[in-house]
Amino acid sequence: MKRNIILLLAFIAGFSIMCFELLGGRMLAPFFGSSVYVWGSIITVFLLALSIGYLTGGRLSLYRPSLKKFALIFLLAGMALLPTLFFSLNLFEWVFERIEDPRYGSLLASILVFLVPSIVMGMIAPYSVRILTVSADSSGHTAGFLYFVSTLGSAIGTIMTSFYLVLWLEIDQILWLIFTLLILCGILALVVDLIDRARAKQRQAI
Amino acid sequence: MDSYSFQSVTTSLFNTKSMLLNFALIVFFGTISFSVTAKQIHKERSIYRNVVITEEDNLRCMRFETRRKQITNQACIDLQDEQRLVFEYSHGVLAGYALNPAPKRVLIIGLGGGILSNVIQQISPEAQIVNVEIDPVVVKLARKYFGYRENDKTTTVIKDGRVYVKRALIKKQQFDWIILDAFNGDYIPEHLMTLEFLNEVKGLLSERGILSANTFSGSRLYDYESATYQRVFGKLHIFNAPTKGNRVIFASKNSDFELFPPLPSLFRDTFAHYRVNVEQTMQRIDDEIDWDTNSEILTDQFSPANLLKQAD
Repeated sequence: MKRNIILLLAFIAGFSIMCFELLGGRMLAPFFGSSVYVWGSIITVFLLALSIGYLTGGRLSLYRPSLKKFALIFLLAGMALLPTLFFSLNLFEWVFERIEDPRYGSLLASILVFLVPSIVMGMIAPYSVRILTVSADSSGHTAGFLYFVSTLGSAIGTIMTSFYLVLWLEIDQILWLIFTLLILCGILALVVDLIDRARAKQRQAI
Repeated sequence: MDSYSFQSVTTSLFNTKSMLLNFALIVFFGTISFSVTAKQIHKERSIYRNVVITEEDNLRCMRFETRRKQITNQACIDLQDEQRLVFEYSHGVLAGYALNPAPKRVLIIGLGGGILSNVIQQISPEAQIVNVEIDPVVVKLARKYFGYRENDKTTTVIKDGRVYVKRALIKKQQFDWIILDAFNGDYIPEHLMTLEFLNEVKGLLSERGILSANTFSGSRLYDYESATYQRVFGKLHIFNAPTKGNRVIFASKNSDFELFPPLPSLFRDTFAHYRVNVEQTMQRIDDEIDWDTNSEILTDQFSPANLLKQAD
């Protein structure tokens, strides 16, 4: 069960990242247009964030990996979305007033608003590999299966957001949805952690 | 850690797809559809798409290459009668002269062939005209194939229309006539249809300034779009093209034009020069509200315009 839940969490993380990225384009358009360079800025910043996230998440997994820490990453990712929800308009305006060139304007705006939350979301994938891996022999299989699940999540996040969510909800509502998903994931991981510990204690007692 | 790049590659693949879906580029538009067999005389790749120049039955047109079956021309001229305004909607746009016979500053968002700009330049040689166009290739081809004229009064800015409008607001610029004519081969880019955008445009209108917006009738989007214009500008007058699905929305800053005034008689000869029939054009303008006024409004938060358009 623990394994399936971690896979579910990795799926939701993949979903959230792409959902967030697609909204990024919508959020920037009123200020920087929807020219090719606006998408260029967004994709650059998200990939940069993911690479930093992978590196940090992998590093973090070296030090006493635990489900509790895994849960904290999710909670942190949710919290990191709050500035986006409350201050993105102000930040975009601030950048727009200072930088005339929409290329650098959209790049700086993307860094300010999208970088931190997506770094944290990027930490989830390598950390879940560590938690699921039981032996060096099977680590490739574990990692491969996790990419499969989280990238599938990304694919579904992309299609859901661009085909349906923007038709059903406002941008902020979709952001709150991602926030809620991430927080729920964190809580779920904490619960699994508690159950795990209780079971371990039982086993010890026996 | 290397294997993580797999996800990056996949992620960027998805992004490329979403890019294609979302690219909004701003260009002039008409609705006349022609057969696919028109002779292609030039094709040029821009960062947004291929722009094609075709010639058929003495009509030279600019098209965006899309996979859609229905091909829409972005601009057309009649090679045998170059003064003739080919598109019905452009006749409607010119009716704006009835509301403001002497515009001093004109803003056109979406250049296409630069045909409207040329005509307004000829009718109002004193006017300053700013054409905003996102795609440099469209500007280049407008100059080369459609005789788009620039001078010290008529200038071209290569920029996303929304960005231009926001900057112009900061610079406290004002325009007597704003013409919205930005299309991407599918429809109007979504960020150029929202309540916030229209309020920004309204902020650029001078005290007696007017807006002419080229839009389509038909599709589920009609109610949303109309309700959004109405929310921002109040009273609207609408020119409905006789045979094509275009309509031109007229709005003013103060929503104070209960009646659409007749065209001053001095324009009759001028309009005839462009083969525009004044009576027929003016007859097609009314203030009838034929949309669902309770419709949801398009905003920066909610603007699935192109999804709504396809939902028919």
